[in-house]
Amino acid sequence: MSAFLRRFARNRGAVVGAVLLVLVIGMALFAPLLFPGSPWDMAGAPFQPPGEDGMLLGTDSLGRDVAAGIAYGAQVSLIVGAVSTAVALLIGVALGAVAGYLGGWADDAIMRFTEFFQTIPSFVLAILLVAIFTPSIASIIVAIAVVSWPPVTRVVRAEFLSLRNREFVQAAEVLGKRPLAIVLTDILPNALSPIIVLASLMTATAILLESSLSFLGLGDPNMMSWGFLIGSGRSVIRLAWWMSVFPGLAIFLTVLALNLVGEGLSDALNPRLRKRGAAH
Amino acid sequence: MTLLARRSLLAAAAAAPALLRLEEALAQGIAPRRGGTLQTMLTPEPPVLVLGVNNQGPTLIAASKIYQGLLKFSPTLEPLPELAKSWALSDDKRTYTFRLQENVTWHDGKPFTAEDVIFSVMKFHMELAPRARGIFSRIREAVAEDAHTVRFTLEKPFEPFLLMFDVTTVAIVPKHVYDGTDYRTNPANARPIGTGPFRFGEWQRGNFIRLERYEGYWKPGQPYLDAIIYRIVPDSQSRALALQTGQAILSQANDIEPFDVPRFRAQPNLEVQTKGWEYFSPLSWIETNHRVAPLGDVRVRQAIAHAINRDFIAQRLWFGVGKPATGPVASTTRFFDATAQMPKYDVRAATQLLDAAGLKPGAGGVRATIRHLVLPYGEVWSRLSEYLKQSLRQVGIDLVLESTDAGSWARRIAGWEYETSINFVYQYGDPSLGVERTYVSSNIQKVTFTNTGGYSNPRVDALFAEAREAADPADRQKAFSAVQKLLVEEVPQIWLMEMAFPTIHERKLHNVIQLGTGVHACFDDVFLAA
Repeated sequence: MSAFLRRFARNRGAVVGAVLLVLVIGMALFAPLLFPGSPWDMAGAPFQPPGEDGMLLGTDSLGRDVAAGIAYGAQVSLIVGAVSTAVALLIGVALGAVAGYLGGWADDAIMRFTEFFQTIPSFVLAILLVAIFTPSIASIIVAIAVVSWPPVTRVVRAEFLSLRNREFVQAAEVLGKRPLAIVLTDILPNALSPIIVLASLMTATAILLESSLSFLGLGDPNMMSWGFLIGSGRSVIRLAWWMSVFPGLAIFLTVLALNLVGEGLSDALNPRLRKRGAAH
Repeated sequence: MTLLARRSLLAAAAAAPALLRLEEALAQGIAPRRGGTLQTMLTPEPPVLVLGVNNQGPTLIAASKIYQGLLKFSPTLEPLPELAKSWALSDDKRTYTFRLQENVTWHDGKPFTAEDVIFSVMKFHMELAPRARGIFSRIREAVAEDAHTVRFTLEKPFEPFLLMFDVTTVAIVPKHVYDGTDYRTNPANARPIGTGPFRFGEWQRGNFIRLERYEGYWKPGQPYLDAIIYRIVPDSQSRALALQTGQAILSQANDIEPFDVPRFRAQPNLEVQTKGWEYFSPLSWIETNHRVAPLGDVRVRQAIAHAINRDFIAQRLWFGVGKPATGPVASTTRFFDATAQMPKYDVRAATQLLDAAGLKPGAGGVRATIRHLVLPYGEVWSRLSEYLKQSLRQVGIDLVLESTDAGSWARRIAGWEYETSINFVYQYGDPSLGVERTYVSSNIQKVTFTNTGGYSNPRVDALFAEAREAADPADRQKAFSAVQKLLVEEVPQIWLMEMAFPTIHERKLHNVIQLGTGVHACFDDVFLAA
């Protein structure tokens, strides 16, 4: 484990990303302590610039605290990012594993099904799904998961195809291990590193997708998210730049952090780099 | 003639304000100047420019320069002469006689006569406009006494009858073009022909509509403007920019968002007015469905009314464009009673009422959960719903917001498939025309802008009927005052704001807002000072 951390830490960007990510998660966890009450509360006069009236990042058109909105928005963004990624992984890994392990007609069927989803532009499909199921946090998570699983399936299938014929797998088969056990205990742990890297990047994409949906007014109207903050601030940007700039920065930094962490994980988990690291 | 002599001639008194305005203009040293093109905007683009075939907001604004009504209305809703130069009401209050202007021609050169008026009222609008049909079906007889005199005899007296003759309700259309055709598909709809000061010039779809001075207009020397150009600019920020840079010198209705208004108020070459909507007087409210518990309980509705700060809504959300509502009738509508006041902003009173209604705070202080359909008409309406959610949370009502699109909103309101929403409705100057429909039990229909909330009170029904049928304005006032006092107690809908829309124009443009219909005037006296 410490070797893994050392390899991860060698990528300086990854460390910066990890620190940022910890800060964002901390902000989400401690939002109720930092800003007691609700982010929808009208805490001060409307359109107060940052710093005035005790509002660190100013207030919006209803006098709501932008800083509180960003802190609570972190909760929404992280929940949506994490849950939708988890759901997408569940679908993607299951289908990819079946396709890669069984091969044959099952592989063909699953891959055609996956390609069908990949031909539809993912953002358009997400808009469509949210619009049909009426905007709510659940429908947004489902929509993002539905448009994000196909790449996971392809990566997992590729890994399984190459691991499928390795000697340790054949050995397990000869020993009479059941297929499900082989998939879960022999192949999957060895295919885990690309999945972990992919997951960190997918979380970033999910946060962007949720923000885009909220920006277009398709967010959960009862949830204060970063996209909502930018969307509601966009039209008054000449009057109150802080309403869209700060949530925009929050999205930018979080997505950047997730990408840096993903890159760091990729380096740390890459066996070739691992050897190079050992040689040093 | 003896009949005419017995009638009280109102026209002379009614004509006075028009003369006064010209004197005022001269006193200020600004004589009307002929020439110049008025560059303005229109949002969104209308489908067609024939009134009656289409009566949406943008159509009304542009087509009211091409067509005219028999009357026009002052900000206090007094009738003023337009195509009718005078009018009289018989002593039994059932017969209206209009004397028409005599030298009026259609834009194709044909003379305008009483036959055009009878065709427009009895056939054209009767077929096309449900609202006009409801009123005009009370006409027993429509007769052209001569080429320039029209007489309408009603079944029963109907005091607000004259209010129906504004161009935005009943535009006079040419009989020789439309009679015997399908009004909706008549090829002449592409190039509308009216009697107004401006004739149809050119329409490049998605780009602009150009109206040109009609040289044969019946007021000598008018209109002053050479042309009016309505540019179609779909993006609100681009419209604000056009106004700021002087590419457009007039904006109206929804062109400029409320939050941009303070900026234009500060610009010295521009004038911002919110007058000119008195005839329409749109009133917004929280639409409540009485079939859903606990909204059927009057104490809960009173509590919601107490929990909302309407001053905040008018000042902070609409930036002072419009003002807080006080009851079911807008203060600019006839028969408004200022003594009937809805529950004031008072959070303590709200919680006491909810306690009395048996809604005790449960987990997290929540007394009741109510769903709320956000009106999908743009941002300020979303902000309003967020404000309501927050205000009601303070008294323990959890308002769960639902987003929807405009079509689904109309379908769900019409189908009674909602708990609360936001609605706003035009009042058309008289409670019998624009208020009654929301509260009487005979109008509980699965149609938008009827009594979709399902409120039913026999006293209210009786008072509205009494006010509608009474011939004497004093009797009507008595019934309307009584019904307003009753309604502010029962708050069947929770009124929010008397809405207005900003009209912003360069100061060198004169005479823009003079009527209770504002920018829906025919603009024959609008001029650009040098």
